[in-house]
Amino acid sequence: MSASTALHIDWTRCRGRGMCTELLTGLGRDEWGYPLVAGGGSDLPIRTHDVEAADDAVALCPVLALSIRPARPTR
Amino acid sequence: MSSTSTPDLARATLGVPRLLTGHGPGYGEHLRALGPLPQRAGLVDEIARSGLTGRGGAAFPTSTKLAAMAPRGVVIGNGSEGEPLSAKDELLLHNRPHLVIDGLLATAHALAARRLHLVVGAASEEPVRRALRERGDADAIEVTVAPDRFVGGEASAVVDLLATGRGLPKDHAVRLTTRGLRGRSTLVQNVETLAHIGLIARVGGERWGAVGVPEDRGTRLFSISGDVAHPGVIEAPGGSSLRSLIAPSSPQPVSAVLVGGYHGAWVGRDALERTVGASSKHGAIPAGAGILVVLGDRSCGLRTAAEIAAYLAAESAGQCGPCVNGLPALADLVSRVADGDRDPRLPAQVERMAGLVEGRGACHHPDGTAKMVRSALVAFADDVAAHQHGFCRAAR
Repeated sequence: MSASTALHIDWTRCRGRGMCTELLTGLGRDEWGYPLVAGGGSDLPIRTHDVEAADDAVALCPVLALSIRPARPTR
Repeated sequence: MSSTSTPDLARATLGVPRLLTGHGPGYGEHLRALGPLPQRAGLVDEIARSGLTGRGGAAFPTSTKLAAMAPRGVVIGNGSEGEPLSAKDELLLHNRPHLVIDGLLATAHALAARRLHLVVGAASEEPVRRALRERGDADAIEVTVAPDRFVGGEASAVVDLLATGRGLPKDHAVRLTTRGLRGRSTLVQNVETLAHIGLIARVGGERWGAVGVPEDRGTRLFSISGDVAHPGVIEAPGGSSLRSLIAPSSPQPVSAVLVGGYHGAWVGRDALERTVGASSKHGAIPAGAGILVVLGDRSCGLRTAAEIAAYLAAESAGQCGPCVNGLPALADLVSRVADGDRDPRLPAQVERMAGLVEGRGACHHPDGTAKMVRSALVAFADDVAAHQHGFCRAAR
């Protein structure tokens, strides 16, 4: 079943500080430190047990690069 | 006047070519050939009936985009043409500026839009301003010159240019038709798309779409360059084969063609009989913005792909980390393959880096670059193997 919301990364703001990658298991980091969504792309589908962590990531991102959006199948 | 112009109108709008008809750019000639722009009721329905798709690269159905517009919005004609090998928009703005202006006015009228913009390359500014001065119905159109950069033609970059003067791609939280320039519902259409609308407004969607094939109606402009005797712009009906499109340019013996421009895909000479169309449906090669770069059999495709990848890396707007870091890394890997670095891990490293940048930017610049590079590894697989064995098949 697909998640109804997704954590969206605004790459124009992201500076790879990595706070979100510590909060969410679905996010790794690439070799330059930028968050890496497991399935690729700019949106991490938020599973039920990740809702709180995703909200925290949005609130704690020091450059305000994250937002919660309705999940989209593709860009 | 309109009653006597009907037969001429059919000749001027329904054949091929219909955009590159060869008459002069003046308003007088335009009116003699096509008559005045009619205020056609139901233009949006006519466009839906025509099957017109966007000619700027994404080939999105034009009627779907129009249907998403709210009243009192913004309509932007996009002739910024950031692709260095695209020449069609400039040619159109120099030769048929009034047809583009007609399309912009008709679209804005149909959508009850409040603001009209025409964004053009520096070379087209004067011809467009001259054309606007020639007619009394286009005072509302504001002309802006786009900076000469690759990503400047992307829709959100065009909106940013008008909003801030910078012209950088933006992260789209919602579609531009929902919230675009200064929060208004905004339509960005390529100038060739608008020129087709200028014809549809006169003859209706059905007659406009009688040329072409069901999955790709009407005509399309192609900018042809590379290893050809006669580079230039041609107009061809939908359903044309790649071979028929490049034939008039007298190509050298073909090794491969880059279809769709620097964000397009390389195809080998075995693809010459395939059609070039709006989308990849029915086995067609997507036309993108209609750019065809011919590679002769004496050129090294890997070298060309490496040069394009390096250019694209340098054209990053510098906003998004994966693009800023990943594109130079990707270009460097492709360049090593082209240079004959025999490290057997290289092709897999190219694949990995292409996958790492894909989908990770505010615009499609990383995606398009990855696509071009990936297609090169497939189309030039024999060359990759040759380079890995220490030789190059191209007689350079």
